[in-house]
Amino acid sequence: MSNIFFWRKKREEEKTEANQRDAASDSQDLVATELPKRNSRAGIRSLFSRIKFDLESLEQLEEILIQADFGVDSAESIVLEVKKIAKSQGAQSEAELKTILAGVIREKLATGTRELNLTSGKLPYVILVVGVNGVGKTTTIGKLATWLTQGNWKVVLGAADTFRAAAVDQLATWADRAGVKLVGPSSEGQDPASVAFEAVEYGVQSEADVVIIDTAGRLQNKTDLMDELSKIRRVIEKQAEIAEVLLVLDATTGQNGLVQARAFAEAISVTGIALTKLDGSAKGGIVVAIQNELAIPIKLVGVGEGVDDFAFFDPEEFANGLVA
Amino acid sequence: MFGNLSDRLAETFKALRGKGRLSAADIDGTLREIRKALLEADVALEVVKNFISAIRERALGDEVSASLNPAQQIVQIVNEELIQILGGEARKLRYGKVSPTVIMLAGLQGSGKTTLAGKLAKWLKTEGENPLLVAADLQRPNAVDQLKVLGQKVSVEVYSPEVGSGVGDPVKVAKDSIAHARSKGNTVVIVDTAGRLGVDQEMMNQAKKIRDAIKPDETLFVIDAMLGQDAVNVAKAFEDGVGISAVVLTKLDGDARGGAALSVASVTGKPIIFSSTGESLDAFEPFYPDRMASRILDMGDILTLIEQAQKQFDEQSALEMAEKLANENFTLEDFLEQMQQLRKMGSLKSMLAMMPGAGQMRQQLDNIDEKEIDRTEAIIRSMTPVERTNPKVLNGSRRTRIARGSGMSVTDVNSLVNRFEQAAKMMKTVAKGGTPQIPGMPSGIGGVVPRKKAKDSKKKSGSKSGNPAKRAAQEQARASGSGSKESGAGSAFGISN
Repeated sequence: MSNIFFWRKKREEEKTEANQRDAASDSQDLVATELPKRNSRAGIRSLFSRIKFDLESLEQLEEILIQADFGVDSAESIVLEVKKIAKSQGAQSEAELKTILAGVIREKLATGTRELNLTSGKLPYVILVVGVNGVGKTTTIGKLATWLTQGNWKVVLGAADTFRAAAVDQLATWADRAGVKLVGPSSEGQDPASVAFEAVEYGVQSEADVVIIDTAGRLQNKTDLMDELSKIRRVIEKQAEIAEVLLVLDATTGQNGLVQARAFAEAISVTGIALTKLDGSAKGGIVVAIQNELAIPIKLVGVGEGVDDFAFFDPEEFANGLVA
Repeated sequence: MFGNLSDRLAETFKALRGKGRLSAADIDGTLREIRKALLEADVALEVVKNFISAIRERALGDEVSASLNPAQQIVQIVNEELIQILGGEARKLRYGKVSPTVIMLAGLQGSGKTTLAGKLAKWLKTEGENPLLVAADLQRPNAVDQLKVLGQKVSVEVYSPEVGSGVGDPVKVAKDSIAHARSKGNTVVIVDTAGRLGVDQEMMNQAKKIRDAIKPDETLFVIDAMLGQDAVNVAKAFEDGVGISAVVLTKLDGDARGGAALSVASVTGKPIIFSSTGESLDAFEPFYPDRMASRILDMGDILTLIEQAQKQFDEQSALEMAEKLANENFTLEDFLEQMQQLRKMGSLKSMLAMMPGAGQMRQQLDNIDEKEIDRTEAIIRSMTPVERTNPKVLNGSRRTRIARGSGMSVTDVNSLVNRFEQAAKMMKTVAKGGTPQIPGMPSGIGGVVPRKKAKDSKKKSGSKSGNPAKRAAQEQARASGSGSKESGAGSAFGISN
C-alpha cells in the first residue's frame, strides 16, 4: 500500500505549508497523509509446525486445513487445486508444495480493496463497527483510534453499545488512552441510534476527520437486534456517508463465522472484516470461505491486547505465515 | 442455508428411517454424513474421528443387524455416544466442604466470563446461597465496572479493591477476597478473571497463581458455543495450565452448532455443567448432557420444557383452560390469558427452541418478535368483553374502533381475528382427540408446535402425564386421552412474523 494516500482535513499549522500534492486538496482544504505502517506477520502460526509436508502427506492436507477452521468444502477445494497445480508443474519437494499452497490460499484471499476507505475526501469518514458478542469490537476501535491520532487525525468515538454493562466506560478508557473525544449516551439505556446520531453530529460540527461508532454485540440470529443496525445506519446517513462498516470476527470462531458474515452483510452491507485474536493458536481459516462466498475483504487483524497490536491484513503475509 | 447439527443428522436419518436392514455401505454412507455434519458443527477433527470409529464398531455389531429397526438403532447409538462424550450423567455444582465455596472462572477473551459471573451469582441466590463476586479481571478496560454493574443488578456484593484497566494485582485481589467473604459470611465466592490465550505463558502462570492462592472448589472453564477447531488446543492449554474441574457453555442462544462443547468435553474429560442462553441475567441453566444429545439429534428437549412449564403454569388456570377446551368455547379472553401464562414461562423463543422438531423451524423461531405479543395484547384489550367472548360480532366499524384504540391498523386486527379462529378450530380438533389440520399457517409456529406436541402425547397415551397441566387436560378431554393442555397452549403461538 505504498502509494495510497489518505485524505484528511488540513491542520492549522499545515495550511501555511505549500506542499499540496493535488489540486483537489486546495479546494477541499485537505491534505494527503500517509498513516503509520503496520506489519501483520506477527501472530500467524504455521499450519505445519509438527507435520512434514510432501506428496504423500498431501492427503493429510485436507485434515490440516479443517483443523485450521477452513471448513470441509474450502479444505476440499484447496486440496484439489494444490494437487492439480502440483501435477501440472511436477512439483515434488516440500518447498515447492508449500509455495503452491500459499499461492492458492493467497489467491482466495485477494479479492477487493483492503485499504480502509479514507480516501474519498468526504469528511468525516464514518466507520461503523459491528459483530457478535465478545469478538473484540471495542478493543479494535481503541487501537484504530490510537493509530489514527498517531497520524494526526482528529477522531471522535461514538459509544452506541448502550446495552452491555460498562461498555461505554470501556470505550471511554480507550478514548482517554488515544486522547480523542467520546460521545456517549446521556442517559442509561439511551437508544443506540440516537447516540450514533449525536456522535456523527458532533463529528460534523467539530470538523473531525473520522467518527468511529461502537455498537453492542449481537448474535446474528436475533432479528430485532439486526434490524436495529439498519436503523443506526439510516440515522447516520442523514448527516454523513458511511465510509466503512467493519465486521469484527474472532479468529477462534469456527464455521459459524460464515453464518455471521452472511447475516451482517445482509443486514448492513459490511465493507470489511477485522479479524481479531490472531495471536492465539487459532488460524481463522473461516475467512477463506467468507471471501469466497461474500467477497468481503479482510482489512485489519488484531494480534493482542496492547494499543499497537493490530495491523493491516496482507494476504501474501498471511498465506506465507500459514505455510511457513 | 444449512441448518444446525440437529438438522443435518435429522436429514441423514430420514434416508435411513425407511430401511429394514442396513448394509455395510449404508452404514458407511451414514457415517460419512455424520462426520461432515460434526465437522461443520465445529467438533474437533480428532474428536470426530474417535466418535465415528466408536459408532462404526457398534453399528457393525450384532446389536444393529439383529434389531428390528436398524436405523433407529443407529440413532440410539449416536445418541448414547454423544451423551458419553458430553459427560454422561448430569453433574451438579460442587460445593466446598467448608464455607465459602470458591469458584474460579477462566477462559479466552470474550467468552462471556463476566456476564456469566453475574448470572451465576443470581442463580446461586435462588439456590439459597449468599454469593460474593470478585473482580479479578484487572486487564480488560473497565471489566471491574462491568462486574460492579452486574452485581448491582442482581443485588450481590462485588469485592473490587482495585480499579483495574491494567492496574492492580489480580492474585492479591483473589486471595484477599476469601478472607473478605469469611468476614462477611458469604457462602460462595465467584472469582472473575481476565481473558487469556492458551499460548500466553505469562497469563497462564498468573491464572495458576490465582488458583494456588484461592484453592477453588470449582474451576469453571468458560467457552463460547461458536468456538471452532481450536477448542481442543485451548482446552488442553487451560487443563494443563490451570486445571479445570468443569465447563460452562455460553452464547447457546446463537445459531452456532456448538460442536466445541463435544470437543472440550471429550479432550478434557470434564463435564459441562451450565449453559448460558441469552443476554438477560436469567438466561442460565444447568447443562444436561442427555438432553443436549437429544437436542442435537433433534429429539427435542421435552424434559426441560415440561419442568419449566410445571414451574410457571398455575394449576388452577390450567384446569379451567382444559375445561374450556373440552366444552369448545374458547374465546379471545382465553387466548389472551394463555399468552400471559406463556410469557411467565420466560422467553418465547427459548421455550420453542426446546420443542422436538424445532430445529427445522429455527429460522422462523428467530423471526418471532416478542413485541408481537404486546401488540396482540393491545388489540385484545381494546375489545369489549362481548367482543372477546364472541368474536363473531366484530364488524367493520368495531374493527376500526379496535384498531384505533390499540394503535394498530385494521389489517392487524383482521389478521389477529383470523389467527384466533384458526387456533380455536385447531384446538377443538385436538380436544376431540384428532390430529389438527393446519391449512397453510403463515407462521408455521402455530401449526408445528401442536403437531409435535400431539406426537408426544401419543407416545405417552395410556399413561398419566407427569405434568399436572397436561394430566388435567387429559382427564378433561376424556375423548381418547390424547387431548393435551399443551396442545392448546401451543396454538396460542399463532403469531405472524
